Amino acid sequence: MGRWLCGMGRIALFGREVLSAIVRSRPVGHDLLSQFYFIGVKSQTVVLVTGAFTGMVLAAQTYFQFHKVKMDSATLAVVSVSMCSELGPVLTALMVAGRVGAALAAELGTMRVTEQIDALRTLATHPIDYLVVPRMLATTLAMPLLTAASIAVGIAAAMAVGVGFLGVHPAYSWNNMVRYTAPEDVVMGITKAVVYGGVIALISCYKGMNCREGAEGVGRATTEAVVYSSITILISNFFLTLFLNRMLQVS
Amino acid sequence: MIEARDLQKSFGTQRVLDGTTLRIETGEAVVIIGRSGGGKSVLLKLFIGLLEPDAGEVLIDGQDICRMNERQLLQVRRKFGMLFQGAALFDSMTVAENVGFALHRSRQFTDGEIERKVSEALDMVELPGTESKKPAQLSGGMRKRVGLARALIYQPQILLYDEPTTGLDPIAADRIDRLIIRVSERLNVTSVAVTHDMRSAGRIAKRILMLEEGRIHANGTPEEIFKSSDPVVHAFVNGISEDQIQGTPSGKRA
Repeated sequence: MGRWLCGMGRIALFGREVLSAIVRSRPVGHDLLSQFYFIGVKSQTVVLVTGAFTGMVLAAQTYFQFHKVKMDSATLAVVSVSMCSELGPVLTALMVAGRVGAALAAELGTMRVTEQIDALRTLATHPIDYLVVPRMLATTLAMPLLTAASIAVGIAAAMAVGVGFLGVHPAYSWNNMVRYTAPEDVVMGITKAVVYGGVIALISCYKGMNCREGAEGVGRATTEAVVYSSITILISNFFLTLFLNRMLQVS
Repeated sequence: MIEARDLQKSFGTQRVLDGTTLRIETGEAVVIIGRSGGGKSVLLKLFIGLLEPDAGEVLIDGQDICRMNERQLLQVRRKFGMLFQGAALFDSMTVAENVGFALHRSRQFTDGEIERKVSEALDMVELPGTESKKPAQLSGGMRKRVGLARALIYQPQILLYDEPTTGLDPIAADRIDRLIIRVSERLNVTSVAVTHDMRSAGRIAKRILMLEEGRIHANGTPEEIFKSSDPVVHAFVNGISEDQIQGTPSGKRA
């Protein structure tokens, strides 16, 4: 318990340092763009496939239950609200934690064990300014965009399955979806995505920058980055949902 | 000038430095010798603020760097250049990007100026035309020379060398030694190298310090150290293992 609290405290101090670095440093446009390309553009495939199949399976399962009570046309509304407020941001974040979190921790961890981070410091460059700030900004900016894409593709895939295979009426379904999906649901999903982007970058960069010596150290840092990011996302999702519901007064 | 006063440093239960005190004057070429794992590299990292001592002071030109935070240390580190044991080149960058890194970060030079300075630095370390290569395409000796070019491009006042010849064949090691001497003389920098390679130490040092059991055990010119009758210094210089030595370290100075 003591060690866990110490770890939380260290991550909090690291977060404070990163925030102050974001305010004070001027990240080089090229560094930011290359990170954005790797974190955002390169994650699109995995995120879109996840979104599409989640939307499809959710549409099928909802339809099977709703069909029993003759509520077929509410299928898409359920998919849409779920994708916007919960599944879209959470599943996108978990996939990004797996892909990007692992890569960030492994890259920074390897730089640490090969003394490249010490070399940066001897070249009068703060590693947080040079390494963490662009990764943090890129992940935080990319996550809402990836989440929005995932939600859109999920809903489109659900529509295709519902209308194409299950025989749901397209006009009624569309009407119900638009009627029951509030703008607050979308705002909630995008807000969550921004928070999760920050969580993934913060935990993964912290684990990489503080990795222990050797290949084993890098391996452990990578695993811990993914596991801790994923657990933090799932736990914080519950509290964020309660908080954002209160803030946005979602009915 | 570098001054260390009563430095203490432990890792877990292992005490690495135990009251190390030394002084290196501006423009000197000093080599710190000692056994592997004896704290030489730790001492070097304390000089540049990469590690923090448990107790004691490190003064750089009279400024105590142990009480500085990382951002204040960045200013002090502009005086330093450091060559790492494994060169520590940024493996995602080309040789030119590695060497010109500090100049790019300073944002005070145009791309053309940086290109010219990179080319000059690579000429100085006898690696012209390697600008577009990646570190993985270079041999160990070449990597160290690129590391040296990266350290000297912004003309630091103090150059630190961490085991500059370790892992190199004798010819490559000789080349590095000659480079260190040339850089030291041409740029008039303070040079501090740590090594256990006595041949290299003899070539590049004007003064040798021997670190033993966390303290400076011997201090003298290379001739004095090589001719020392102190059993610990004699054993180290001549490569005689402990089981052949009679008696324990006397603490006598060379």
